[in-house]
Amino acid sequence: MGIYKTEPLKCWGKAKELRLSVYEGIQKARDEGTMLVAGGTESAIALPAGFDFDFLGGEPYGASCTFAGIHDSSCNRGFMETAEAASYPRDMCAYMRIGIGSLLSDRFVFGGKYPVPTFNLQTHICDTHGKWYQIMSDIEGVPYEVVDYIPYEWETENESEESKTLKRTYMKDQMLEVIEWMEKQSGKTFDDEKFINAVNWECESTALWAQCCMINQSIPAVMDEKMMYSLYIIAVLMRQQKAAVEFYKVLLDELKDRADRGIAAFENEKFRMIHDSQPPWHALQIFRYLEEFGAVCIGAHYSFSLSGGWAYDKKQDKYLPALPPKEAGVTLSTREEACEWYSEWLLAYHSLLRSLRYSGRGKHKRIQDIIDNWKIDGMMIHLNRGCEGTAVGQMELRRYLADQDIPALTYEGNLADVREFDVERTIDKIDTFMETVGLEKL
Amino acid sequence: MIEDFKKIYDNRHTYMQEWKEKNPDWKVMGYMCSYMPEEILYAAKVLPVRMLGGHEPQNVTEPHIMGMFCPFCRDVLAQGLLGKYDYCDCIGITHTCKHLNQAYESLILHKGMEHFFIPMPNKLQCKQALPYYSGILGLFKKQIEEWTGNTITDDDLKRGIEIVDENRRLMREVYEARKAEDPPISGVDSMVMVCASQMYDKVEVNKIIADVLKDELPGRQAKDDPGIRLMILGSEDDDVKFLTMVEDVGASIVIDDHCTGSRYFWNTTEPGDNLMDVIADRYLKRPPCPIKDMPHRTRIPHIVGLAREWDVAGAIVIQQKFCDPHELDKVAVVKGLEEAGFPSLYLEFDVTVPLGPFRIRVEAFLETLGSEDLF
Repeated sequence: MGIYKTEPLKCWGKAKELRLSVYEGIQKARDEGTMLVAGGTESAIALPAGFDFDFLGGEPYGASCTFAGIHDSSCNRGFMETAEAASYPRDMCAYMRIGIGSLLSDRFVFGGKYPVPTFNLQTHICDTHGKWYQIMSDIEGVPYEVVDYIPYEWETENESEESKTLKRTYMKDQMLEVIEWMEKQSGKTFDDEKFINAVNWECESTALWAQCCMINQSIPAVMDEKMMYSLYIIAVLMRQQKAAVEFYKVLLDELKDRADRGIAAFENEKFRMIHDSQPPWHALQIFRYLEEFGAVCIGAHYSFSLSGGWAYDKKQDKYLPALPPKEAGVTLSTREEACEWYSEWLLAYHSLLRSLRYSGRGKHKRIQDIIDNWKIDGMMIHLNRGCEGTAVGQMELRRYLADQDIPALTYEGNLADVREFDVERTIDKIDTFMETVGLEKL
Repeated sequence: MIEDFKKIYDNRHTYMQEWKEKNPDWKVMGYMCSYMPEEILYAAKVLPVRMLGGHEPQNVTEPHIMGMFCPFCRDVLAQGLLGKYDYCDCIGITHTCKHLNQAYESLILHKGMEHFFIPMPNKLQCKQALPYYSGILGLFKKQIEEWTGNTITDDDLKRGIEIVDENRRLMREVYEARKAEDPPISGVDSMVMVCASQMYDKVEVNKIIADVLKDELPGRQAKDDPGIRLMILGSEDDDVKFLTMVEDVGASIVIDDHCTGSRYFWNTTEPGDNLMDVIADRYLKRPPCPIKDMPHRTRIPHIVGLAREWDVAGAIVIQQKFCDPHELDKVAVVKGLEEAGFPSLYLEFDVTVPLGPFRIRVEAFLETLGSEDLF
């Protein structure tokens, strides 16, 4: 018997069903020749929602290939090697290399040929993103457009309102131009009402996910990090859809109920940890290994914020779920208003994307906020060779944690390239870390 | 004289310390990317000095930057942490690659220096970039005014623009001279000239370049036999030893596409009423860093155009190890060059380069380029 009661999530099956529906939609679009848009999922995916479309997002696709690669290495290592044989350097973004390899192999990991999109639309959130789909478009021979993304700085930097207004206007105006571009490329009329709904739903679903993460402040935690990967992904894949909002409302209610009843994600929770960066998708067993010591990873800046809308509250000096338009008393009526609000949402409240650009004091403050409010005992940092965006500031973060006497474990790996991960060495590092914090196997 | 460029390059810190003593009413900014709007800084009596690496092994950056970040950013950070740039009153950066940005953030955290970040756009090709960047530069101007206590007038800005544009015009003239069958200045000296312009007072450097153009280059041959004409392009590159080696084994580097080379000075400002627009426009239109070349590829026609105009036989594409921006353009650039009839040699650089193995590869490349002469 463990210290706490635990039970499966009731909405787990629904999450699986929604995830699968996205890839079924992509296959259908490929087979029936309907509109398919590709790009990073952290792009402004509500933007094409003025059309009926399916979206193929490069990052979750890369993660899926990596997981599938555990049983069939051709989906992971094979795609990587195909990209490298075409001269794409092996230290570039691992998701990108999988995407290029999958395209060059003309093989979709969910079955059939690689789905060539109607056009690629990307948001340039890190050094790689805007260039990634330029390369994809080069190979596919389809049109390409990109929205430049320059997030607001962290609260620690006291950015002026004038600067924020310039950034918001820059992004909004690009979005408006991209809408016209999409109309030209597709030959279809953009439906403003559908777009406005999508913006509202995206803001709502990401705010709801942030609220779900807030519930995890409970002791015991109602979700562990590994569960979160299967839950935040709904917002990653389809946050602009009503189905995502409905899912997160159900999930939030269930999590509240679990917290009220003291239901734990992990029955022997003794030592609460957070993680930094994406995990090695091919070796998620490391999270289960922690549990052998009574340790559990209960979140990450990454999994809280990749699909979460977070606002900094100056009075309370903490990060709280952001208010979507309707809750903020705003009614979006026009395309322009929707683009303006959407830009603000992405620039102000998408704190993970902010940390891809700026780390330093601001990221340290956000991590400290999580440590304090989620009652964290230690941190594990994945020095991620496969994603340089999330690797920004990691070594400085480690130094910061050491200065604060917060135990931290670093391990080197790659979110998607199995060749750059040593599971045994990582297990050894976990063993050593557990010894230093005084934990023994249960 | 040409020798003076090398003196500045080799003794950059001594030069700057002495310069600072002579100019106590000026401040110095160490900047980390060639997109820094130097016009505004000259207008405010702030001397911009580009922070480059030392090309020496170091052991101070490992606790700050992950090993997979490029050697250039680590070398620059090392110079900062080792106190080589302590004469700088502040540091500055425009939005550039993550790696260099990481070096900048680490310097802020550990050196406690005054700092200026300019959120430059990446999609330079869109019409929204100009109003945005002009506005951002206006804010930067205000920040610099507050920090220095100097009001920047339009006349100051015009003076700043003129100093920087003059430097660009003069260097362009030197580069034009390299089109000659027997180039009057070597690739390594040209590179050192550009670096000297980045790391010292442009007013002084402009005088030197003007003298070189007037008194030294006419009738000069950099080498008795220029050998095979090459282009060099890619990541930041101020590797004197490498360039010297290439030019010692039977080649002349006659043109480049580097931020320590032609990309830095290729275009001047265009006349206009709004000076912030004028300055912003110049940076948006300069030959771009790969990271800012999207959605369309403008670099490839530019690079191929340079190769044709300077009549090269082939190109050396260099890339700082782990340099994502240039890795992301690698396949397209190599393909573009090859399709235009320019073979290329691809080399990966570190803080120091393995000259022996690289010499063998360069010699082999030159041999393939010269093979037509054999048959």
